Amino acid sequence: MGIVHGDLMTLNIGPQHPSTHGVLRLKVKTDGEIIADVEPVIGYLHRCFEKHCENVTYDQVIPYTDRCDYIAAMNNNFGYAVAVEELMDLKVPERVEYIRVIVSELNRIASHLLALGTFGLDVGAFTPFLYMFRDRERILDLFEVLCGARLLYNYIWVGGLSHDFPNGFEEKIIDFLDYFEPQLDEYNNILTFNKIFIERTADVGVMPAEVAISYGVSGPNLRGSGVKWDLRKDDPYSIYDKFDFNIPVGTGTVGTIGDCWDRYYVRMLEMSESINIVRQAIKALPSGDVHQALPKKIRPPKGSVYKRTESPRGDLGYYIESDGSPIPYRLKMRSPAFTALSVMGEISSGWMMSDVLAILGSLDIVLGEIDR
Amino acid sequence: MTIDQLMNWIPFGADWPALAFFAAVLVCALTVFLFIAVYALMAIYGEVKISSFMQDKVGPMGQGVGFHAGKWGLLQPVADAVKLILKEDIIPTLADKKLFIMAPFVVFIGAFISFAALPFNQHTVVSDLNIGIFYILAVGSLSVIGIILAGWGSNNKWSLYGGMRSAAQIVSYEIPAALSIITVIMLTGTLSMQGIIEFQKGTIWVILPNWIIFNNPFSFIAFFIFFISGVAECNRTPFDIPEAESELVAGAFTEYSGMRYAFFFLSEYAEMFVISAVATTAFLGGWNSPISGFFDGPGWGLFWFMGKSLFLVFVMLWFRWTFPRLRVDQLMSICWKVFLPFALVNIFGVAIWSLIIG
Repeated sequence: MGIVHGDLMTLNIGPQHPSTHGVLRLKVKTDGEIIADVEPVIGYLHRCFEKHCENVTYDQVIPYTDRCDYIAAMNNNFGYAVAVEELMDLKVPERVEYIRVIVSELNRIASHLLALGTFGLDVGAFTPFLYMFRDRERILDLFEVLCGARLLYNYIWVGGLSHDFPNGFEEKIIDFLDYFEPQLDEYNNILTFNKIFIERTADVGVMPAEVAISYGVSGPNLRGSGVKWDLRKDDPYSIYDKFDFNIPVGTGTVGTIGDCWDRYYVRMLEMSESINIVRQAIKALPSGDVHQALPKKIRPPKGSVYKRTESPRGDLGYYIESDGSPIPYRLKMRSPAFTALSVMGEISSGWMMSDVLAILGSLDIVLGEIDR
Repeated sequence: MTIDQLMNWIPFGADWPALAFFAAVLVCALTVFLFIAVYALMAIYGEVKISSFMQDKVGPMGQGVGFHAGKWGLLQPVADAVKLILKEDIIPTLADKKLFIMAPFVVFIGAFISFAALPFNQHTVVSDLNIGIFYILAVGSLSVIGIILAGWGSNNKWSLYGGMRSAAQIVSYEIPAALSIITVIMLTGTLSMQGIIEFQKGTIWVILPNWIIFNNPFSFIAFFIFFISGVAECNRTPFDIPEAESELVAGAFTEYSGMRYAFFFLSEYAEMFVISAVATTAFLGGWNSPISGFFDGPGWGLFWFMGKSLFLVFVMLWFRWTFPRLRVDQLMSICWKVFLPFALVNIFGVAIWSLIIG
């Protein structure tokens, strides 16, 4: 008995759909429940980020970077600031570096919580989503105390920070970490090792390491495929070489290496590594003035720089071309979520309707960053 | 309150028996409808509140004076109901209008007429049919026709997906459910709901109540097969793939709004109660008290029946807020590869058990 093939039906998922994580459209060709082809259609959120940057001064770009990956705005600020500092050959005070690491690792936790929560929602688990949002809320509260904003911080500036830590902020972070660490077990109990969740995600949407590398996938998605690649270790920027942490990779614990469950679990393990880094950074936090190195006017010399940093979604790169004026001549952002989405068609054909959305959720895309 | 008693009670019953029959049916139908409506409001309130407690939030809360949701949000379901009634009723231009309009009622009828055979206590049953339990299993599957109609009539690809999924799902899960019920019938020797409950009076194994779930190991397994299949028949999480919010938007109900959508909602809750009530009747002793000889009587009977049924409804809510959703092929393989063989083995097991022990 062979498999009967009918005519393919074109199904349009999105731009308005509960689990497209923003305004994404998936053109899906289906044969009954089986997916023959997935073609992501992007651009619904295009805001001319790069063109805008050619018309504003270097420090005015930072709020725009917030709005790219709005889930992890600190990391976007961080990457941009590091790139411009390299272009200007600027050395920032020790305290600034530590605070940058602390806030961006906290933001990484917040971003992963959102990624895992919505992934759970995509496979139908509602309660873990709310648990994770409850805890993400506490990080956002911390950031609100820190800089007044809950989502778009504009906190990490070129050469420094907008504010120093408020009084007693370190204790607040430690309190949060003490609260948060046991919560990871709770997530593992309710979602990670749930039989149904494993059934739904293990062996599904397997992305072999070669495919991931050839598409340029990075970050937790690449590590989920078993490739130990993390810019914090492999190409250390800022002061990441001072910290002791592991890079979790997918091991195929419950299925195949590189399946949805591995991508999920890598993020789960990364959260505890981030906790580890924040604890080390707070312990070693030096005193000093965070505004010390802020340049009066940012006017980088003629030249160009490409600097990449590890955002929660992967290698976030900024290419900046300077003509010596206070306005960037050209700015290009390399979006990790864009490459993650491009692999979608490759890994999701042949799976079922429900799996496509599970795969999409496991890739953890942010449309703000893809469309820019 | 069987139909016959009502007919005798109606003064013109002797002269116009047909008219008296219709009057009695009408009274029963209205009572059942009111019961479903009130129960659904309570269940919706319970659902939001229970989910809130599970999810570390407070759910609907009224505060201060003014037109809020009342104390502890008690008026929230009323507000929901009013909203659904007042909402604009949209029928898509390209929908198959007749089927589209018919579908919610067909679904509701399936759940509604099942109530005719539910024994609420020793005396309260609309009609104690001699094939009661098969009647409920039979009319319960009417709702699948409604869901297919909704899926087809909406002229929407998502709805069609939902409709086809639900057709496959409900038809499959009826088989293990019915086979588990057969084990009960083999033990009790009757199809009447009251008869099955009468059988479960007294005690077994010295202290346990003589409920069928405790009767033998096979009926113990049969209860779980029946209940899980029942959850699947109500389209509740983890088996809610016909709705599958994050995949199919709202599945077969995507195009429905206002009161028509409310009817689907109402029948989902009504069906949950029917499944729980049948599980209670067939396996958990119906209106029998858990301690034999104590707390008996019609009042307590109603209490025990409702208590057990509502507890099972609660378990369904619990499932929903704990589990992710299964995929459609996994759902089918559980049904055909796990439940069905187990249910068949159960039948043989019960037969041999009755031969040797009983």
